[in-house]
Amino acid sequence: MALAANNIDATEALIAAYPAPSGEGKWASDARVRALTTLRQSGAPVRRDEYWKFTNPARLLEPAKPAAILEADEVPVFEDTDKLLVVFVDGVFRADLSDDLTMEGVEIETLASAMSKDIHWAADIYGVLEANGQNPVSRPLAALNTAVATEGLVIHVTGKASKPIALRYIRSGADTDVMVHNVIKLDAGADLTLLESGPAAARFNSSLEVEIADSAALHHVRTQGRDHERLAATHMFARLGKESRFKSFTVTVNGVLTRNEAVIEFTGDDAFATVSGASAGDGAYHHDDTVFVTHDALNCESRQVFKKVLRNGATGVFQGKILVPSHAQKTDGYQIAQGMLLEDDCTFLAKPELEIYADDVICSHGSTCGAVDETALFYLTSRGVPKDQAQDMLVLAFMDESIQEIEDTALADEIRERLGGWVERHKD
Amino acid sequence: MLKIENLKASLEEEDKQILKGIDLEIGEGEVHAIMGPNGSGKSTLSYVLSGKGGYVVDGGSASLDGADLLDMEPEERAAEGLFLAFQYPVEIPGVGNMTFLRTAVNSQRKMRGEEELNAAEFLKLVRARAKDLKIDADMLKRPVNVGFSGGEKKRNEILQMAMLEPKMCILDETDSGLDVDAMKLVSEGVNAMRDGKRSFLVITHYQRLLDHIKPDVVHIMAAGKIIKSGGPELALQVENEGYADLLNEVA
Ligand SMILES: Nc1ncnc2c1ncn2[C@@H]1O[C@H](COP(=O)(O)OP(=O)(O)OP(=O)(O)O)[C@@H](O)[C@H]1O
Ligand SMILES: [Mg+2]
Repeated sequence: MALAANNIDATEALIAAYPAPSGEGKWASDARVRALTTLRQSGAPVRRDEYWKFTNPARLLEPAKPAAILEADEVPVFEDTDKLLVVFVDGVFRADLSDDLTMEGVEIETLASAMSKDIHWAADIYGVLEANGQNPVSRPLAALNTAVATEGLVIHVTGKASKPIALRYIRSGADTDVMVHNVIKLDAGADLTLLESGPAAARFNSSLEVEIADSAALHHVRTQGRDHERLAATHMFARLGKESRFKSFTVTVNGVLTRNEAVIEFTGDDAFATVSGASAGDGAYHHDDTVFVTHDALNCESRQVFKKVLRNGATGVFQGKILVPSHAQKTDGYQIAQGMLLEDDCTFLAKPELEIYADDVICSHGSTCGAVDETALFYLTSRGVPKDQAQDMLVLAFMDESIQEIEDTALADEIRERLGGWVERHKD
Repeated sequence: MLKIENLKASLEEEDKQILKGIDLEIGEGEVHAIMGPNGSGKSTLSYVLSGKGGYVVDGGSASLDGADLLDMEPEERAAEGLFLAFQYPVEIPGVGNMTFLRTAVNSQRKMRGEEELNAAEFLKLVRARAKDLKIDADMLKRPVNVGFSGGEKKRNEILQMAMLEPKMCILDETDSGLDVDAMKLVSEGVNAMRDGKRSFLVITHYQRLLDHIKPDVVHIMAAGKIIKSGGPELALQVENEGYADLLNEVA
């Protein structure tokens, strides 16, 4: 279908907003050309698109507007975790602020360095998983990222990483437009924890492509926030081999608009993946999780667990799909998305979808939305817990089911503590 | 201790009066029992006294040591020393039993201007009390009442009561769902708390519980009113004869 003239203009404006990369190796420029072609075919996202009905993409297409930077009143995220820290300031890798990029069992390189080479293993992943993920639903902002991103890391995990790699995205400029693209390849049996944190930019476009070989495991914990006026569109593409594991959790507090897309594909049997998240917003807050899981193998288990706490007119969106082709027998797919509306003027929109062609599968999905449970509230207050504190306990308890998806208990506890802080700061 | 005068209450949602003029006075250290047919309003009385939403007080009063209960928030009533052991204890996934108990104990202490218990003091106390009630440590770690059996939930109510040390305890059918041994255990827990000052209102359908927890006064409630009060022999009469004669007597 031909694009409308105004969409052609919007798409070209989107591309023109970023400097065109040049002088790169052949694999990189090939990937960029492919992505540009994809983007020009699909066009910029518009409200009419099936998966943009609940979230207006308009603000993600405009150049970043100045957005207030929140004063740091909390300790930096993952401060107490022993980690290899990698810092980006306004989307630019800063060797001076980062740890040495060496660790046993892991090879870390900047995206720019990888792209300057004529031959690189990243050619098999960069823009490839993203291109796979364009079907059946187009993801124009991911194609844009592949076409123009020059910052990020390419990480090759060959064994068990001795500590997590923590990417910290610091924001210093008011109207920063930042694009980051990370590529991770885990060899068979390899194991890595990837942490991401920081507000990143006034407008942030992030893409993560992950290839997880047989029996390898990737744990991913990400915090987004806490700047109120920032915008973010993120994509995560993961391909899982036999008996591999992928666990990804995102906590999002504040942010006027966040769209997190995840595209998970099982290509080997007996693998496991969970994509989960807790989000909390007060006032001008629109948060969207859009997840697409394809079971292209036998006996794989996938979980999607999303909890959204909404106050003062905030909006939460969940679109989640589990696709099970006829050969993917013994699939176990679980999906739950719940909204807790602390005021009547909040909105929770959910579109859970199961598309199942195999007959021997267990798939369940659920979506609920409601206020704090009055019966539980009375039980707590009748024991002497003041009402506002009882409500906080129930709000945090509500989010806990998603936090339990995090494997590392120390990381899970840190997330609990941060959400506790948010709840404490956002009261009647 | 607890003084209820001509208390009338209706459901907020429907125009239906449940409590139709309750008069009840429980003195310091006394144990009163309320029996009555299903649906007569026993639980409603306990809810209205402890401040559950959804009810409208149409008239009358209720006070605890002179303090007007009906004017207070549920947490204030608790801090005043009122405790309700629920007929149906509530499951709260995601809230740890220990966290909940400690928050409750310390919130009450704070409201009363007393020193809060630190983690070690609290742990010591809760372990001892749990042991008395044969509640194992594993249960304490679980979320509030989640996955507890009916009897375990009731024992957990009594544990909360033992930790909070209220002065006026209302037990709503704490005996239902308990096996014979657990009933003894729970009764011992209650009796251990009888110190001549603390008062109890025990709602039950069975005389058996009253063999363990000996009441000073037994009240019969029917259709939102207390229709008869008497000594422990009244409970025996109910056990043997049912409510028919009693109801006819007043009719
Ligand atoms: N929220 C409510 N909505 C509708 N009806 C209610 C509600 N709460 C109480 N009632 C009604 O009020 C009456 C009294 O109920 P209550 O639970 O107090 O009885 P009870 O004496 O405790 O009975 P039981 O012995 O079965 O526990 C019943 O007819 C009950 O159906
Ligand atoms: Mg009852």
